[in-house]
Amino acid sequence: MAFFERHKADKIGDAVFRGVSYFFAVLVVVLMLFIFAVLFKESLPSIRKFGLKFLTSAAWDPVQLEFGALPAIYGTIVSSIIAIVIAVPISLGIAIFLTEMAPKGLRGPIGTAIELLASIPSIIYGMWGLFVFAPFLSDHIEPWIIDHLGFIPIFNGAPLGIGMLPAGFILSIMIIPFISSVSREIFQMVPPIMKESGYGVGATKWEVIRKVVIPYTRSGLMGAVILGLGRALGETMAVTFVIGNSHEISKALLDPATSISATLANEFTEAVDPVYLSSLVELGLILFVITFIVLVFSKLLIGGFSYKGGRP
Amino acid sequence: MNNKINIKNLNFYYGEKQALKNVNLIVREKEITALIGPSGCGKTTFLRCLNRMHDLYPGNRYEGEIILDGRNILEKGLDLIKLRSKVGMVFQKPTPFPMSIYENIAFGLKLLGFKKKKEITERVEKALKDSALWDEIKDRMGEHALSLSGGQQQRLCIARAVAVEPEVILMDEPCSALDPVATAKIEDLMTDLKKNYTVVIVTHNMQQAARVSEYTGFFMMGEVIEFDYTQKIFTAPSNKLTEDYITGRFG
Repeated sequence: MAFFERHKADKIGDAVFRGVSYFFAVLVVVLMLFIFAVLFKESLPSIRKFGLKFLTSAAWDPVQLEFGALPAIYGTIVSSIIAIVIAVPISLGIAIFLTEMAPKGLRGPIGTAIELLASIPSIIYGMWGLFVFAPFLSDHIEPWIIDHLGFIPIFNGAPLGIGMLPAGFILSIMIIPFISSVSREIFQMVPPIMKESGYGVGATKWEVIRKVVIPYTRSGLMGAVILGLGRALGETMAVTFVIGNSHEISKALLDPATSISATLANEFTEAVDPVYLSSLVELGLILFVITFIVLVFSKLLIGGFSYKGGRP
Repeated sequence: MNNKINIKNLNFYYGEKQALKNVNLIVREKEITALIGPSGCGKTTFLRCLNRMHDLYPGNRYEGEIILDGRNILEKGLDLIKLRSKVGMVFQKPTPFPMSIYENIAFGLKLLGFKKKKEITERVEKALKDSALWDEIKDRMGEHALSLSGGQQQRLCIARAVAVEPEVILMDEPCSALDPVATAKIEDLMTDLKKNYTVVIVTHNMQQAARVSEYTGFFMMGEVIEFDYTQKIFTAPSNKLTEDYITGRFG
């Protein structure tokens, strides 16, 4: 009899445990839906007034209460793309070095140092960007870019040290730790015999990395990159410091620009008119949607990263 | 029959730990030599010395000599890339590269410097025929290698090793991940390969060693306990330990 009683008690405990777990799991989804709903509700005045034109208009006039999201969307996406273009090769280099080349004694310290980069608060990056990096760019790098690459329109503009390109630089430094530590983990998942097979037919280290390791991990690496992209899209404080906060769309990357999160950080306290405030909230909603899409995409890619070969 | 590889007083260390003790063994040309023994006895370690796969990992150390065609392959400054294209390897599990069937085999050829498409295609076809895979996959050359079954993947890996025309093929339990039918095909294939190649195979399966090999080495605790004709090892072993192992008294 005792056996059955114990069994019954276990069943109740199990059911409670299951209920609690379910509750918290569902809570996460409910919270996200709530955030979305609130953003949507608060943007209604702006949506009613501007409609879809909000997405395509470049106007940003708090006095006339004319708002358009295009410069902020443009700045968000372009600064993130610059960051990705710079960060991906560097991060892959770091990850390859750490998994394939670094002597054992170096792997730990360098790996930790890179992860520490990720733990620096973003406002510190912003301050460093504004007070150290921007003057350096303005004095040394940007004049050179304008002199030598200025014939390409995107490499023109004012050498202020703040603008789209500096924002991209800072963002790239901020996402390198993410991309490199995720790709390092992905590289570590490549079975040793896979690499040994490459060496076994007479490949050099470079050939094994380029033709075996990277193709083998391709979709996982894509996921890592998109994870970094998601982070770059939403980054606020560092970008606000160095992007220049100008609601003008300029072809030249050296010119000041703005991003969604920088606009929000700068203007929320000034937005007294309901339409102004609502437009800012709608910007937030747009960022939410962009980030959501990017993250879902990356989850799909990482989920698709499963090797079907070498099965027993 | 000539001696292809002559191993003299080989000691091998993983860092401080000695994994092979004073191994002496002769691999005959164009024969199959099987290495058997309980898990952890050093047979795979020994096999991986023959193409110096251990060099990929730091801290490993060899002592003694491995003479391949009159040259000590343990000497300093040896070109490992050349050694490995001369001594090919097949692993415990199929390891097709993440590319098409054709590309898997062309991979090594391109590394060797073959450039002409026609020449590469001919060699790919020959390698697939030599590995008894051609008839099954000749219409599927462009498909991803992972679309093949496990047994086919393993034969693809053998084809990949054969394509670069090595002289020695090392097989590290090539059938351990395969079902009996696929295993039988690989065993047939080994018998064919023997015509052109020297084969060294590590196996847990004593019947397999008895079926395919001409010579067998029995390893235990990093030492060669007995090395002789396979027939003799399995019918009249001269060492008590060998007899205990093959009759299943331990291991």
